Amino acid sequence: MITRFLIQGMDKRGLVFLAVLAALAILVPLANLLLPPGSLLHVPTSTMSLWGKYLCYALLAISLDLVWGYCGILSLGHGAFFALGGYAMGMYLMRQIGSRGTYGNPILPDFMVFLNWSELPWYWYGFSSFPFAMLMVLAVPGLLAFVFGWFAFRSRVTGVYLSIITQALTYALLLAFFRNDMGFGGNNGLTDFKEIVGFNVQAQSTRAALFSMTCIMLIAGFLIARGIVSSKLGKVVIAIRDAESRTRFLGYRVDRFKLFVFTVSACMAGVAGALYVPQVGIINPSEFAPANSIETVIWVAVGGRGTLVGAALGAVVVNYAKTVFTSGFMAPYWLFALGALFVFVTIFMPKGILGTAQDWWTRRKAPPEPSPAAEPAPAE
Amino acid sequence: MNAPVPGALTSSLLYLDGVSVSFDGFKAIRGLSLTIEPGEMRAIIGPNGAGKTTMMDIITGKTKPDVGTVMFGGSVDLTKLDEAAIANLGIGRKFQKPTVFDFHTIEDNILLALKSKRTVTRTLFWRTAAADAKRIDDILGIIKLGDARDRLAGSLSHGQKQWLEIGMLLAQDPKLLLVDEPAAGMTDGETAETAVLLKEIARDHSVIVVEHDMGFIRELGVKVTVLHEGSVLAEGPLDQVSANERVVEVYLGR
Repeated sequence: MITRFLIQGMDKRGLVFLAVLAALAILVPLANLLLPPGSLLHVPTSTMSLWGKYLCYALLAISLDLVWGYCGILSLGHGAFFALGGYAMGMYLMRQIGSRGTYGNPILPDFMVFLNWSELPWYWYGFSSFPFAMLMVLAVPGLLAFVFGWFAFRSRVTGVYLSIITQALTYALLLAFFRNDMGFGGNNGLTDFKEIVGFNVQAQSTRAALFSMTCIMLIAGFLIARGIVSSKLGKVVIAIRDAESRTRFLGYRVDRFKLFVFTVSACMAGVAGALYVPQVGIINPSEFAPANSIETVIWVAVGGRGTLVGAALGAVVVNYAKTVFTSGFMAPYWLFALGALFVFVTIFMPKGILGTAQDWWTRRKAPPEPSPAAEPAPAE
Repeated sequence: MNAPVPGALTSSLLYLDGVSVSFDGFKAIRGLSLTIEPGEMRAIIGPNGAGKTTMMDIITGKTKPDVGTVMFGGSVDLTKLDEAAIANLGIGRKFQKPTVFDFHTIEDNILLALKSKRTVTRTLFWRTAAADAKRIDDILGIIKLGDARDRLAGSLSHGQKQWLEIGMLLAQDPKLLLVDEPAAGMTDGETAETAVLLKEIARDHSVIVVEHDMGFIRELGVKVTVLHEGSVLAEGPLDQVSANERVVEVYLGR
């Protein structure tokens, strides 16, 4: 049943996407570890980690596309779930430091010693265990999304109002995590990681493994999202996006369907955050910044919402462009470029890169037929 | 129809008594009483603002009445339930403006409406059984959209959308169908065909039709209820009702 669920509705585009990811998962680490640095095909460790970061963003984008592109829930706070997953991973990594920290305290992370705390807060318990931490990576964002969604969707908060409160959610968490007495390292966040499941986080081989793991998780996230949107539940969710009250009059409890996709999406974002932290080496409250969540929306819009593959593509393209732009003489103009990109895509490519390419392809392949009058639903 | 005699409460399918609702002081419905028997088809007419749509909103749970009784099947209090619960109880609704899912194919529109468990897990792991597929085929045949099943519903003409929505109602297999202006915007030919379709549906369902088109109502040939300013003005066969002086007055204005 699970296999059937995961492969139903798989199209050529999806297969290409999976093949590329599988190839990356195998070839990039090999090119990094086996080929000598002088070789033409050698992938430097820094490049590999950078692309690992892009792929984490791609997973975040897919999770947002699931709720926005398919269910019409424009979450402007998805960065919060990403950051919470990141913090759960960060807490595990902090506990792995043990007595190798600056203050040499075997139990307490450095920042707690610095704050003169004498014992570990209760919510840090268990994070020395990897399985527990991984459970929390899913559970904390998932639970927050469930509780938040429970109230929001039951009270039928929709559209721009929902977007605003998701934005408020991530902003509230930003302020909370900035506070030292929250016990998450204040504005410095969590850093100076040493080991992950017994391997040195800085080591080249660990970084290669993390890159592969990111590819695998992106594949898994894509398959789950694909399975959901191709199922009958996916059809219900699209129906909710396009005509919510009609769906309700058909007897579907709209709030429960929204809650399901929102929670699944938050868990997925949490996983993306957890993979991001060991590759970047730090997690701090700035990950909760509202601007991050809004940028995620731009990635999805640029790539093509409601396509999953497009969301991932958009995340990689925009972030690659960001890397190019923010290093070198063009650095001061990055925000202008990002803004211009968003305006350009909204006006000229409302379906994003993938949607536009697909339209072009079908128009080229098939003679024009009486085109559906339907236009894409307004961005909401 | 007179006030229901004791015991009628259990025999009628839908029972509204003394229902009132107001929006910001405006009384949309005032003391409305209405009963629909199992298997009955009823036409509701009335000038704009008579409360026809509000009445449907109350029956389907979109609007809660301020006072009054709304009972379904003799024992279920509809004022306590939400839209989804009422739909699952067996009350289907077709909107005035045809509302179909534009980005789904015609077949998927019917599939979504098809009577089934509406839970998250059931829909997530749904497989269309042979019986369901046959039912979908049958309905597509009835509404004459079998050849267009793979087209997006958004590409249909207005009249076809009306039919698709009626097909979706059939797929729900409700005990009671509320049909709001099914002939609006249709050509004369389409209107006549719609009347035939509705009469066919009425053979094994109870139907309430709200309509402006007198010709259409004449074709249906059923009992008519006239609403005016939120309550029942007259009730009876169309000829009798249209001879009623008050009705003429309300419709023509004076």
